[in-house]
Amino acid sequence: MTVVTSLLPIDVTLGVIAYWLLLAFAGLLLQNTRTLTRVIFPAGAGGALVLAAAALSSLGGPVNVAVLPLGLPDLPFHLRMDSLSAFFMLLLGAASIGISLYSAGYFRDYAGNKLGLLCFEYHIFLASMALVFLADDAYLFMVAWEAMALSSYFLVTTNHNIPDTRRAGFIYLLIAHVGAIAILMSFGVMQGGHGDYTFATMRSAHLTEFWASVTFLLALFGFGAKAGIVPLHVWLPEAHPAAPSPISAMMSGIMLKTAIYGILRVTFDLIDVQLWWWGVLALTLGLITALFGVIFAAVQTDMKRLLAYSSIENIGIILVGIGLAITFHVFHKDAVAALALTATLYHALNHAFMKGLLFLGTGSVLHATGERKLGKLGGLIHPMPKLALLVLVGALAIAGLPPLNGFVSEWLMLQAFLLSPGLPHSYLNMLIPIAAAALVLASALAGYVMVKFYGVIFLGQPREGKFEDAHDIGIWERLGLGWLALGCILLGIFPVFVILLIDPVTQLMVGHTLGNSAAQTGWLWLTPLEPGRASYSPLILFLIIIVGVIFTMLAVKKFYHGRLRHGPAWDCGFPEQTARMQDTAEGFGQPIRQIFEPFFGVTRIVPTPFDKHPHYRGESRDRIWDYAYLPIASITEKLSALIGRLQHGRIHIYLLYSFLTLLALLAFVR
Amino acid sequence: MNISGIFLQLFQNTLVVLIAPLLVGWVNQCRAWLQNRTGPGILRPYLNLFKLFQKDAVLAHNASPLFRFHPYILFACMWLAASLVPVIATDLPLSPSVDVIVLVGIFALARVFISLAAMDIGTSFGTLGARREMLVGFLAEPALLMVFFTAAAISHSTSLSTIVETLAHKQFVLHPSLAFAAIAFIMVLLAENARIPVDNPSTHLELTMIHEAMILEYSARHLALIEWASALKLLAFSTIGIALFLPWGIAEAGNWGAIPLALVALFLKLVAAGAGLALLETVSAKMRIFRVPEFMGTAFLLAVLGLLVHFLHGS
Amino acid sequence: MENFSGQLINLFAALLLLIAFGMLSQRRVLSLINLFALQGLVLSVSTMVVAYTSHQNHLYYSAALTLVLKVLILPWILHRLIRKLNVKWDVETLINIPTTMLVGIALVVFAFNLAAPISLMAGTITKSSLGIAMASVLLSFLMMITRSKAVPQVIGFLAMENGLFFAATSATYGMPMVVELGIALDVLVGMFILGIFFFQIRETFDSLDLKHMEKLKED
Repeated sequence: MTVVTSLLPIDVTLGVIAYWLLLAFAGLLLQNTRTLTRVIFPAGAGGALVLAAAALSSLGGPVNVAVLPLGLPDLPFHLRMDSLSAFFMLLLGAASIGISLYSAGYFRDYAGNKLGLLCFEYHIFLASMALVFLADDAYLFMVAWEAMALSSYFLVTTNHNIPDTRRAGFIYLLIAHVGAIAILMSFGVMQGGHGDYTFATMRSAHLTEFWASVTFLLALFGFGAKAGIVPLHVWLPEAHPAAPSPISAMMSGIMLKTAIYGILRVTFDLIDVQLWWWGVLALTLGLITALFGVIFAAVQTDMKRLLAYSSIENIGIILVGIGLAITFHVFHKDAVAALALTATLYHALNHAFMKGLLFLGTGSVLHATGERKLGKLGGLIHPMPKLALLVLVGALAIAGLPPLNGFVSEWLMLQAFLLSPGLPHSYLNMLIPIAAAALVLASALAGYVMVKFYGVIFLGQPREGKFEDAHDIGIWERLGLGWLALGCILLGIFPVFVILLIDPVTQLMVGHTLGNSAAQTGWLWLTPLEPGRASYSPLILFLIIIVGVIFTMLAVKKFYHGRLRHGPAWDCGFPEQTARMQDTAEGFGQPIRQIFEPFFGVTRIVPTPFDKHPHYRGESRDRIWDYAYLPIASITEKLSALIGRLQHGRIHIYLLYSFLTLLALLAFVR
Repeated sequence: MNISGIFLQLFQNTLVVLIAPLLVGWVNQCRAWLQNRTGPGILRPYLNLFKLFQKDAVLAHNASPLFRFHPYILFACMWLAASLVPVIATDLPLSPSVDVIVLVGIFALARVFISLAAMDIGTSFGTLGARREMLVGFLAEPALLMVFFTAAAISHSTSLSTIVETLAHKQFVLHPSLAFAAIAFIMVLLAENARIPVDNPSTHLELTMIHEAMILEYSARHLALIEWASALKLLAFSTIGIALFLPWGIAEAGNWGAIPLALVALFLKLVAAGAGLALLETVSAKMRIFRVPEFMGTAFLLAVLGLLVHFLHGS
Repeated sequence: MENFSGQLINLFAALLLLIAFGMLSQRRVLSLINLFALQGLVLSVSTMVVAYTSHQNHLYYSAALTLVLKVLILPWILHRLIRKLNVKWDVETLINIPTTMLVGIALVVFAFNLAAPISLMAGTITKSSLGIAMASVLLSFLMMITRSKAVPQVIGFLAMENGLFFAATSATYGMPMVVELGIALDVLVGMFILGIFFFQIRETFDSLDLKHMEKLKED
């Protein structure tokens, strides 16, 4: 009994990590589909539950530190679990419960050896992400980061027989490593010449403003490459669709948040000074990313690419919050900084649930119909009503509609913009309303994107062919999706509790908390600063809407008869309707494409009235690919060609190289 | 939360539900007079609703539960929105639960549901209406939010009661930023309520429809609820405009004696607003559909400008 | 009273800015001329208010001059010009209207920031509207740049002069009477000359589209 009571949360966490590694190897060895799906994946979900519970108990508690003698002889692993780690650990645990449960059902058609390898990579992925959150020195951080990148690369290229998947994996790995180099360099600058790479040293190293800015920019670049900030986002729309759906959910929901954790850790914890222009930079980058993501999402024709671009948008929104928090913190307006930071962390948690739910939903759609293109789907609400209901919750949540969770974080962020007192620079002061305008524009467009997504897939009629053998989701999928949907609803209706959870994190980072003011009129109302200034009660709103609906239904039923009959669709009396007459995905996105045409590289082949076989083709390309990446690729190729000239294949030239090196060493090293 | 507050809230709930069709009838009647016609009478919308409720409902074969439940959800949302705006008194007990951002969110929720219901049957006009409605909405919602932000920035609060109290009971101050916000709000009102110049509410040409195209498949009691919800939406928008830009006469918290005066003031303002709307509709022509984003973009940018003028000017 | 008239002038300034934006987003020439007349009206009423509160009587004459010239005579000339040239087109812009408005907002931000230190120094009651006045000057200039037909460019030029007049009233209680009369005469003469030029352009190119002027360059 004494062993149990003296267990610190960090010990429990390490236990779960070890347990996951154990499951990974068990999966590799067992290679039996039945065991893997019935036992191993649910066991992984159980581990995630324990992890979430440990993180919950660690929030607001003391900081746990541990040193593991693993690693190299003089470089042990330093581990630390403070409120920031605990919050992200909670995110990881809670979201992966749903994803692991879903995977138990989704992978039941996979071959044994392929599934065994996938299970191995999956659990190593989970363990490495947990280790990233625990790392307290640069060495362990980079080991865990690399493990995360490599395991996710192998997960993305699970279906490596498709060339597109291989290409997507290559781009992903490339950009992940470019980012990792930047992160490593940032750590190198941060340790300030002390030679010791632990975070404790970095916290106490006092950098000049120049070197602190260099660190911040390197960290922003490096973590931004993993998070998918424009212009380092090009791997997201390729890798997330190529991966199997539970992996996409994991990557989009949780892995992107590790990058956010990194940015927060570096900016607020490891560097001891912040500059105001960092916040403005992050804010601007975040706005560009958010608008870019949502505009491109509106014109996609592949359902998983659409969700990938939507993830880019949400990362942009999170970055906007971080930028606001930095700016307010620099000018010592810590109450509003805490509000902005709370909104950011809340949105990160929300997004894990919402995007996880949506990606898993697309997995079921893909599984049932074999189609990823929106142009072939439609009318899936009839064969798969339970899936449609659960995905509806996710779609409404991401569109930012009350009373679900996406709305709460958006509300908090808008309050941070509005209730902000004046900033000293007048140009900065003007940035606030313009940024608020851009943010609400992005949110409104997100609603457009979700109507397109849900309407084209689930509503209407199947656009090509029928889906006779599309059956509804099984019990494991229902459990996983249900967990995530329940999370969306609860996070939306009980925001005060979540804010009280986030409080220790903001206390750590900006020294101010929101919880006292947020809960000052009781747990029912969310009042960020004062009740008179802003208050919102999602539970009351939800109840009123339900009461209104029920009252209306009863009143109508009482006073008027309920006669109903069915007939064919009217459609203004037009005869001969076919399913092809509905809007396609391109058609639904056409207004956005037309309005924002300068931002896309649009190529369209339009039929003329005289074509014998008319066909239409439209493509919206990402221009950043053409303007930024292709030139860099061609320069790299030219440089490598130049260097390649050193390799002649002639023996005496190589001997000459060795001879010259020997002469140089003899001359200069005395 | 006291008994009188609850009574006031219930009174407002009943009031808005009952007078919403009257407002629509008044607007139609004014429009008829301006066009030199006799007009259908102010009470015609009530007769229409009564007629629709008596009929049998016809549903398409492939209608899903979403399609069947949507009219009730829409009605509940619009009823909620209309009964939250402080029209006769500012101390409604529901007011702390919902502020202006949530109000815009409720309108967005209703818009998403009606677009989804339109896409449900899978006809060409349904998806056409859904696409156009979301197109109007994605610019109208930010514009409305920016208008609210201007009012909120002036009164340092996003709670509707506080905004109305500040704008009505402070010493008489002219706010230039509210001039921009007012123009933007009128443009948003025209767009969201499907009025000329954005959409013709009495058209029968499907290719010109935005709002009508979405409700083509509804009949009988479902259609009645949707029509009633549209009337409630127009009432909600009108009362929001009155509360923000003409707030004088609204009773303060706990001031029961001022309520009859507030009712009379509301009645007069709604009459004027309805006549003004009819006038605007008569002198404008419907825009071509691809000019609508320009129109809404102008509204949005005007609203942003209003907020900017407030931030820069301090008033 | 001071406070009230100060707010009133702020309101007029906001209306002026609103009309400038309205002109930016207008497509039809007739509405442009009507907006210009409205702008002149707002300007003259605001000058009268300033005259009343600051007890500068020469401003009454300025207001009357503005009223006669910019609300009555110039719009009448422009209407006649339009009818004679048979100009009824929708105005096409070089860049589309939402982008123009976005640039307009950036210009407003810039003008406000520019005017902020100056308005601290001015001693008039209208000092806070200097930023708006500068903003409407810049917006009218933008209108001149982004229109491709001749008549809207002229209206932009006239609106710019309106903005300058308002800026003068807000910073220094108007200009000396001599300067005012001189400017008014210049504008009137300018209108006549521009009218003649329009006819000549029409004769040469059979259209008032200024893109045709590019044919005049050396090749």
